[in-house]
Amino acid sequence: MRRSNIRAWSWIHKWTSLVCTAFMLMLCITGLPLIFHDEIDSALNPEAWTPAHPDGPRLDLDRILDAALDNRPGEVPIFMSFDVDRPVVNVTTGPTADAPGSAMHFASFDATSGELVPPADRGEGVMEFLLQLHTDLFLGLPGMLFLGFMGLLFVVAVVSGVVLYAPFMRKLDFAQIRRDRTRRLKWLDWHNLLGIVTVAWVLVVAVTGIINTLEQPIIDAWKYRELADLTAPHEDRPPPERFASLDAAVTDAVADAPGMTLQFVAFPGSGFSTPYHYAVFLHGRMPATEHIIAPVLIDAGTGEVAGLREMPWWVKALSLSRPLHFGDYGGLLLKTIWALLDILTIYILATGLYLWWKKRRQPQPAPLGAWAERSA
Amino acid sequence: MTDRRTAWRTFGAPLLIAIVSLAGLVGALLVDRGLDLVAGLAVGVSLPAVAWAFLRRR
Repeated sequence: MRRSNIRAWSWIHKWTSLVCTAFMLMLCITGLPLIFHDEIDSALNPEAWTPAHPDGPRLDLDRILDAALDNRPGEVPIFMSFDVDRPVVNVTTGPTADAPGSAMHFASFDATSGELVPPADRGEGVMEFLLQLHTDLFLGLPGMLFLGFMGLLFVVAVVSGVVLYAPFMRKLDFAQIRRDRTRRLKWLDWHNLLGIVTVAWVLVVAVTGIINTLEQPIIDAWKYRELADLTAPHEDRPPPERFASLDAAVTDAVADAPGMTLQFVAFPGSGFSTPYHYAVFLHGRMPATEHIIAPVLIDAGTGEVAGLREMPWWVKALSLSRPLHFGDYGGLLLKTIWALLDILTIYILATGLYLWWKKRRQPQPAPLGAWAERSA
Repeated sequence: MTDRRTAWRTFGAPLLIAIVSLAGLVGALLVDRGLDLVAGLAVGVSLPAVAWAFLRRR
């Protein structure tokens, strides 16, 4: 590679890294406990809850919804989701269906009795804080987009690092650490080695993180583009005041999509539906399809099924980017490896900062190309 | 040494690690739960390389 090219790539690597490093360190550090969110929750809340009627039938969803609204007078339902391993229905309510996350209230109900399930929320405050910091810096959409931009800079830093790896490693064996040379060279070798062996994982987590920061614009675009034909006939009418049976809507939706499993319900006016429809989200049962969700839209006034809406590829990409970012789709082993790779990434970021700092303090830095030659 | 041989010498092992890691990442998403162990180990293929460098004395 020509010396001028090395210098240009080095400039890109230095400045993209420097701008995003503080935020990447924050994301890696806050992401570490979030990988084990479920395990930490279970460890901090060991009390076992049992349903009122373990072998009894489940109540219909309208009764559970009534119980949830009795529990939060004056609020409206936003989402309803279902625990996989116990008969529990979770209901999110708020002052309005389009209330921001901070104004929402989440409560769980025994599906066999309608009674409130005591929240297992010891330690939840800390995890919520970390999640919010990791997701949007407590700034909502602007914070998410800002972190997405930092992620983009990080991707450029990683790519430029791969480009620079070649001239720096030309005369070295793979995984060679020059322990007998200066401390700085030893750190450079570790930085290069850890960077190059984790590059695939780092790029996947970074790119899926960027996609996740675009969640709100993606969902909004999906609603306005893909559901426009459903909202058009209702445009001159206010949303229905009385809703059709939720239980019947969910039963019809599941019947309309054989081979799919119920995941959650978005109520009319919420972020994932129209003002006039229940959106009953289902997912596939095969490993390849269980992360892909698709809604059956049901007219909330009449209960009429509007049909299953396949998600466009860009919403499917969002669905797939969640597990690929969080690493929570392959059991505890994958989570542990995710955590180890996260720690290595923290080390790469820290060594990068150290190398930049040491280079700044050198009285007369040699031209980069010559330095790469000499250090090799 | 030709450019191609130099490139292969420099990027051969990292490329192999990247391919195995990606196969593990996508595999864990697509295959049955029974193969989680294999997919997880594939994702973590870079860790033995790091351990090897750490233990190697040159």
